[in-house]
Amino acid sequence: MSELAIERQIDRSHMTISDEVAIQINNMNKWYGQFHVLRDINLTVQRGERIVICGPSGSGKSTLIRCINRLEEHQSGDIIVDGTELTSDLKNIDKIRSEVGMCFQHFNLFPHLTILENCTLAPIWVRKVPRKEAEDIAMHYLEKVKIPDQAHKYPGMLSGGQQQRVAIARSLCMKPRIMLFDEPTSALDPEMIKEVLDTMIELAEEGMTMLCVTHEMGFAQAVANRVIFMDQGQIIEQNEPHAFFNDPQSDRTKLFLSQILGH
Amino acid sequence: MTTLTDTPKQGFRLSQLIYDTRYRSITIQVIATVLIVAALWWLARNTVANLTALGKDFTLEFLGNRSGYDINQRLIAYDSNATHGRAALVGILNTLLVAGLGCVLATILGVIFGVLRLSKNWIVSRLAAVYVEGFRNVPLLLWIIAIFAVMTESTPSPKDFRGENPVASMALADNVAITNRGAYIPEPLFANGLGDVEIKPGGIFADLYFNVSIDLIVILLTLVASLLVVKLVNTRAADIQNATGVRPTTWWVNLLIIVAPIAALLWGLGFYLGKPELSGFNFAGGTHLRNSLLALWLALSLYTGAFIAEIVRGGINAVSKGQTEAAFALGLRPNRTMRLVILPQALRVIIPPLISQFLNLTKNSSLAIAIGYMDVRSTLGGITVNQTGRELEGILLVGLFYLLLSLAISTGMNWFNDRVKLKER
Ligand SMILES: Nc1ncnc2c1ncn2[C@@H]1O[C@H](COP(=O)(O)OP(=O)(O)O)[C@@H](O)[C@H]1O
Ligand SMILES: [Mg+2]
Repeated sequence: MSELAIERQIDRSHMTISDEVAIQINNMNKWYGQFHVLRDINLTVQRGERIVICGPSGSGKSTLIRCINRLEEHQSGDIIVDGTELTSDLKNIDKIRSEVGMCFQHFNLFPHLTILENCTLAPIWVRKVPRKEAEDIAMHYLEKVKIPDQAHKYPGMLSGGQQQRVAIARSLCMKPRIMLFDEPTSALDPEMIKEVLDTMIELAEEGMTMLCVTHEMGFAQAVANRVIFMDQGQIIEQNEPHAFFNDPQSDRTKLFLSQILGH
Repeated sequence: MTTLTDTPKQGFRLSQLIYDTRYRSITIQVIATVLIVAALWWLARNTVANLTALGKDFTLEFLGNRSGYDINQRLIAYDSNATHGRAALVGILNTLLVAGLGCVLATILGVIFGVLRLSKNWIVSRLAAVYVEGFRNVPLLLWIIAIFAVMTESTPSPKDFRGENPVASMALADNVAITNRGAYIPEPLFANGLGDVEIKPGGIFADLYFNVSIDLIVILLTLVASLLVVKLVNTRAADIQNATGVRPTTWWVNLLIIVAPIAALLWGLGFYLGKPELSGFNFAGGTHLRNSLLALWLALSLYTGAFIAEIVRGGINAVSKGQTEAAFALGLRPNRTMRLVILPQALRVIIPPLISQFLNLTKNSSLAIAIGYMDVRSTLGGITVNQTGRELEGILLVGLFYLLLSLAISTGMNWFNDRVKLKER
């Protein structure tokens, strides 16, 4: 992995973590047919925590965070998000999805809608916000991610970095309490990675609960208060960033870190 | 001319016409145009020369002569004393009838089976696959003949409905009789109907008169008016949603706006259904749908529907899974996701090939000849040509008709496509 992309000094003082639980996962297992993709996952996330999940490709990182908003269904164990248990009850799923925002590797903006319409779609149809108000909210967040002047363009006219920032703004318009990121910078050209990471750092500074799958170790060191290492569907190791990078416990973690950091 | 100034030193050399990309395409176009014009001129000159040698000339006068043949399936009054021109009109209307019905049914079948083939249910998706592969991999002509054969061979004849203990009985509370001569269904009638208006062109087209039911016109106008009001209601609902965030429930208002005026109108006109009844050896009253029409309609729809199913499936698949996931992650329910995110994107992929399928269906309807359905190919392009010996004129006219019809369909669909596009892009 490249140098630390983060130049700015991060002030962690007001990134407070409350003792309120945001996400609780107990003994969760998931299979794809015969394939046991997640094994006995136990994870508690406090409100305000910033967690980075890393691990080799195919280790189940995406599957884990996609279980949290039910894009994937787990087969055993419990997932409790903000006090609501994730079952096949549609009401619970709706409630959790409107409280959990998600950004994808390939942005997944709606190409047939303008940037502004991308941002107002869910507030209007899910939260039943009047259009004018939804547009004001959207412009507020588009200003936050520094692209208000692109509001009336279509996603295809924007660069990758801009698209990912729009995707973040689109999620924020639903005023989520938790944000999930699945490799948000992996599809970006190097010069665009920083603008997206800066946006995510700002979000962290405002106290957002975040779960990020990423290989940006600079971001992990700057923002995360916990780094989780996954391999073959299991959580192998978790620690605060300084200890995680300087004193990894398991051999698999050491191997992984030497592969992505060392040369 | 400006291009010449790019190479001031060398000037223009003849070899540039072939080797210079700037001139090459023009050269090719000029040569192709000259060749095509020459070929057409040669063809036309030869044809005219051969026709004169045979003592024939190119004329459309035969259209005004007495046809002398009967047509069993007709939407307007016709008998063998009418002109060939009128026979052509009967055929044209029959082509339009089966093509119109076919496009509607094929689209319905295509959408249903296209979506079913995407189903996660193994049996359902397999069944849809069997339908698609079965119909699109066997020639249409075979399907037309097979369906026609099944309809005529496996159904009772009208006389089986007679007597104390009839062998066959009518279906749907004695409203429908399915026989080997076709289906007899109830016919819409009006006790205090407004009658017909006769449309009678003048001059050489005098024999192309036809009647249009005033009742039908009034009903259609009412329907259009209702739809305009519905549109107004929906615009207002959108305004309310924009202002307050909550979209008022409009479906029952819309239903009322469409149903109530039509119901009142039908009541005023004294609408009733005339049931088909057995009289003598056959059914009288009701509407007679001939097996040739039914078989052609079904075969065209099932065959084209299989292609449309693939187009629909492809269109939905073309919208990446990430779009659904992003919509779900934002909290949109599956039906809203389909309507607001997937369909607007899928329609853009679906409509252009759908136009081709409508054109195919329309032109394939000329296979009607195989089972004796009297479309324009069978009347003007068939019997008329045989009787008058005017092959060239007849086939040219039929070809011209299909050309104009196809152009009309694709113009209409392209207009629709542009509207869909404009709204979304
Ligand atoms: N829909 C699926 N069906 C079957 N196997 C899948 C599916 N999605 C992912 N997998 C498998 O599950 C494993 C974990 O995938 P994923 O969570 O995407 O890994 P990561 O994000 O850590 O790279 C991989 O081996 C992948 O091949
Ligand atoms: Mg992944």
